[in-house]
Amino acid sequence: MDFFSFNEILSIFSATIRISTPLIFAAMAGIFSERSGVVDIGLEGKLLAGAFASASVAAVTHSAWLGLGAAIVIGLILSLIHGFASITHKGDQVVSGVAINIIVSGLTVVLGMAWFHRSGQTPTLPNDARFMPINLYGVDTISNIPIIGDIYSKLLSGYNLLVYVSFAAVALTYWTLFKTRFGLRLRAVGENPKAVDTAGISVNLLRYKAVLIGGILTGIGGTYISIAQNASFIKDMSAGQGYIALAAMIFGKWKPIPAMFSCFLFGFLEALSMRLQGVSLPLIGEVPVQLIQASPYILTVILLAGFVGRAIAPKADGIPYIKER
Amino acid sequence: MNQASKPLPVWIDIVVIPLINLMLALSVSIVIIYLIGANPFEAIKLMIQGAFGSSEGVGYTLYYATNFIFTGLAVAIAFHSMLFNIGGEGQAYIGGLGVAVVLLAFDHYLPAWMLVPMALMASMVFGAAWAAIPAYLQAYRGSHIVITTIMFNFIAANLMVYLLVNIFIEPGSMTPQSRPFLDNAWLPSMQAIFADIGIKISESPLNLSFIFALIASFFVWIYVWHTRWGYEMRSVGFSEQAASYAGIKTKRVVMITMLISGGLAGLVGINEIMGVQHKLMLDFVAGYGFTGIAVALMGRNHPVGIIMASILFGALFQGGAELAFDMPIISKEMVFVIQGLIILFSGALTYMSRPWIEKLFCVFYQTRNLREI
Repeated sequence: MDFFSFNEILSIFSATIRISTPLIFAAMAGIFSERSGVVDIGLEGKLLAGAFASASVAAVTHSAWLGLGAAIVIGLILSLIHGFASITHKGDQVVSGVAINIIVSGLTVVLGMAWFHRSGQTPTLPNDARFMPINLYGVDTISNIPIIGDIYSKLLSGYNLLVYVSFAAVALTYWTLFKTRFGLRLRAVGENPKAVDTAGISVNLLRYKAVLIGGILTGIGGTYISIAQNASFIKDMSAGQGYIALAAMIFGKWKPIPAMFSCFLFGFLEALSMRLQGVSLPLIGEVPVQLIQASPYILTVILLAGFVGRAIAPKADGIPYIKER
Repeated sequence: MNQASKPLPVWIDIVVIPLINLMLALSVSIVIIYLIGANPFEAIKLMIQGAFGSSEGVGYTLYYATNFIFTGLAVAIAFHSMLFNIGGEGQAYIGGLGVAVVLLAFDHYLPAWMLVPMALMASMVFGAAWAAIPAYLQAYRGSHIVITTIMFNFIAANLMVYLLVNIFIEPGSMTPQSRPFLDNAWLPSMQAIFADIGIKISESPLNLSFIFALIASFFVWIYVWHTRWGYEMRSVGFSEQAASYAGIKTKRVVMITMLISGGLAGLVGINEIMGVQHKLMLDFVAGYGFTGIAVALMGRNHPVGIIMASILFGALFQGGAELAFDMPIISKEMVFVIQGLIILFSGALTYMSRPWIEKLFCVFYQTRNLREI
C-alpha cells in the first residue's frame, strides 16, 4: 500500500480539517467563556444540543440556514442557564456544566423519540437542506496544474461553508480578545474581576456576554456535526468532541491561534487513527488505534502536569465573583 | 458555599432546601413529559410501580442503587476536601478490570471464599490506581483535578477497548468480551441468599454487593467524622491554607482522599463484573460514575443521604426502564434528563430558593413571636 503518496497525505490533511472544524468552534467558545472566568465543561452538551436542533429544524423546514439559526438559539439558551447558575447564583460552574451535558444527552433522545418516532435519530436530510461542499473560484482550471492544482482542489477547496466560517471564527476571536476594548475587559475580568468592578464595569454582564458568545459558537459547531458533516442527528453524535475541544483549549493555553493548532493536531491524530486502522507500518508494526485516539487526552495531561511547558489558566477561572457590599 | 446571610435552623438547610430543589427538578421533568404529549401523572405512577411494585422491581432498584452508593460515596469523600472527582466513570471501569484480572487468573484454582476478598481488593486497588495520577498531579503539580479526571475517563475507555479487543477477547469470538467466569467466581445473588434462609424473592441482578455498599457507607461515615484522618481531610476542604498552617500535610491528604475515592468507585466493578455480568465487557459502567455526582449532591455528601439518594436514583433508573416499555413515546433516556435537572438544581442552583425561604421563615417567626407576646 502506498501510504506516503502525495495524494494520501493530501487526503489525510483534508480529513484533518474536516474533523477539526467542530473542535475549533467549541474551543473558541471555551476560550471566550474561560477567559472571562467561567469554566465551561458544558461544551459537549452544547455541541450535541446544537446538532440536534439544527438537524430537527432542517428536517422539518428543509432549510439548513433555519437549522443553523435554531442551533444558535439553543446554544444561547443553554449558555443562559449556565450563566444563571454560575454567574447570577454563584453556583459551582463544573457542576452546572456537567448537568447541562447530562440533560442534553437525555433530552435529545427523548425529543427525537417524541417528534420523529425514531430512537435518538432525526430523518435523513436531502442535500439541499444541508451545508454542502463548495468549490472555490476557478477550481476546475487550476486543478489541471500539477501539485499546486491538487493542493488547491483537494486541500483548500471543496469544504462546506462552515469550515471556512471556523477559520473566520478564530480570526474574529483573536481580534475580539486582543484588539478591542471589550476583549481587554473580558480578559481582565477573568484575571482580576475586582479590578474591573472597581473601574465601574459590570463583572456579571461581561461574563454573560462571554458565555453567550460561546453559545453561538457551539451552536454553529453542533450544526456542522449534524447537517454538514452528516445528514442527520444520531444519539450522542458529539462523542466527546466537546471534551477534546476543552483539551485543545488547554493545550493551546487559552489562546485562540495556538488552540486552533491544537485542534488541528487532535484532528490529525483522529484522521490518522481512522487511516491506520488495521494497517501495519514499516518498523513500528500495527499501531493500536485506541492509543492514537487516547493521545489528545494523554498529551493534555502531560502538558497540565507541567513537565513540558506550562498551561496556566486565567486566574479567576472557575471562581464566582461576589461583590462586596 | 454561600455565606449564609441569615441563620436558619439546620433542618431547613438539610431537609427543606434539598426537598425544594428536588421538587423543582421534578416539576421541570413533569413539564417536559407533558410537552412531549404524555400524561405525566400516569408516567409517575408507572415509574413508581415499576420501581417498587414487585419484588423483582425492588431488586432492580436496589441493584442500581448499589452502583450509585459506591460512586456517590466516591464523589462525596472527595468533595469533603473540596476535590471534584469527575473520574468515577473511569475509576469504576478500571476497577472492573481489576476484578476480572483476579477472577480470570484464579477461578480455576481458588474457592469462592478466597476469591471474594481478592476481587474486592483488586477492584479498590485498580480504582485507586486510576485516581492516583490525577491526585498526584493535583497535589504536587497543581493541575486541576476536574480536567485530569475527565481526561482519564477517556483514556480508560480507550484502554479498555484495546484490552478487550486484543487481550481479553474469548478466542474465536467476535464480541469484545472475556470468557465467562466459573461459577465459584460469581458473587451470590440476593435471591440465592434469601433462598438459603427460606425466603423466596424473584430473580434480579441484586447481589451481595448491596451489603458491601452499606458496609462501605458505614466505613466512610466513621472515616470522615470519627477519625483523625477524616478531620484532616475536612480541614483541607474548609481551608487548605489554614489546614497547612495547623500542621496538616495537605498534599498527602489530597492523595489519600483521592485514593479512597477511586477505590470506592472501583467497587462498582464488584457489583457489575463479579455480581451481574460474570465476564469483562465494554461500557459496563454506563454513566454510573456521573450519576454518583447527582447522588452525592442530593445526599449532601453524607452516607445516610447518599443511601437515600441512591435508592431514589435506583428507582428512577428501574422505573424509567419500565416506563419506556409501557409508554413507548417516553424513551428511557428521560431518566438522564431528570438526573441532569437534579444535578442542576441541587448542585449548581442550591441556594436559589434560600432568599425566599429566609423571608418566609422570618414572617412565620415574627408572627409566632407576636402571638406569644
